[in-house]
Amino acid sequence: MNKIYPNIKFLLAGILFGIILIKGEVISWFRIQEMFRLQSFHMYGIIGSAILTGMISIQVIKKFRIRTIDKTEIIIPPKKFQKGNIYGGLLFGFGWAITGACPGPLFAQIGTGATVVIITLISAIGGTWMYGYIRDRLPH
Amino acid sequence: MIEILRQPWPWWVSGPLLGLTVPILLILGNKPFGVSSNLRHICAACFPANVSFFKYDWKKESWNLFFIAGTLVGACIAWTWLSDYSESTLNPKLLTELSSYGIHDHSKVVPVEIINWSSLLSLKGFIMTVFGGFLVGFGTRYADGCTSGHSIMGLSNLQWPSLVATCCFMAGGFLVANFVVPLILKL
Repeated sequence: MNKIYPNIKFLLAGILFGIILIKGEVISWFRIQEMFRLQSFHMYGIIGSAILTGMISIQVIKKFRIRTIDKTEIIIPPKKFQKGNIYGGLLFGFGWAITGACPGPLFAQIGTGATVVIITLISAIGGTWMYGYIRDRLPH
Repeated sequence: MIEILRQPWPWWVSGPLLGLTVPILLILGNKPFGVSSNLRHICAACFPANVSFFKYDWKKESWNLFFIAGTLVGACIAWTWLSDYSESTLNPKLLTELSSYGIHDHSKVVPVEIINWSSLLSLKGFIMTVFGGFLVGFGTRYADGCTSGHSIMGLSNLQWPSLVATCCFMAGGFLVANFVVPLILKL
């Protein structure tokens, strides 16, 4: 039980995230096609304003040294460059255009009752597993 | 009132709200926003198979599994009670082209005419779900993040590797959506 209770707040944050994904149509296969075909500003507006909001928030957190609700310091680990950012990024882009979903929306799409997406998700888990399995042989 | 609640939100409402996930997770517990790691945690929890990449204490990251379980629940709530995709503002040009491939129903989050249980065994259905999903899972882990971890969290924190990754996501998506997806849909 003591493992579950501290995580309830993340469950609630996830519920909020899921509602926003639906209301913003971010999980729509059709919206993703529109975005990549430059037929609508919608997704660019969402991603752009989300980044801007995130950026301002992080600046505010750093400037005022805002702490977590448990009063611990907020430290964000930096991202390290490796060639996988390029190769993996392209491969993910291919998959994103086909399935119309990134990992978050995969879970959300299942929530809307598109149960067949469970197969897409299982396959994505398989893809991650395969990456782990052949990782040492890939250029990084 | 309920009608307004049910309509999809414009980008300038949903975008900033989505961005607030970043400070919310940081303030709730110093957690960096990122969804694709969950696929790795699921591998580590269910089938580590002695692969070193999956030998770590995934339980320490269980907050993220709670987050993603919440995402599924939230989507279910919003879809059931708060949502109406029937009056779509999708580009008519796209809809005309899609109808030439037999896709007429755009009231769901996926094109149900081609992505459904009975189409799974057809070549088209297989590519759209199994093959596409594999690329998403393999690519995000190889890239060390997805749209949330790199494009939103990484760019918000001014990380240049995330900019590289995001440009590659977009480049890969452009290429496939414009030149390959039409071929798949014609199958």
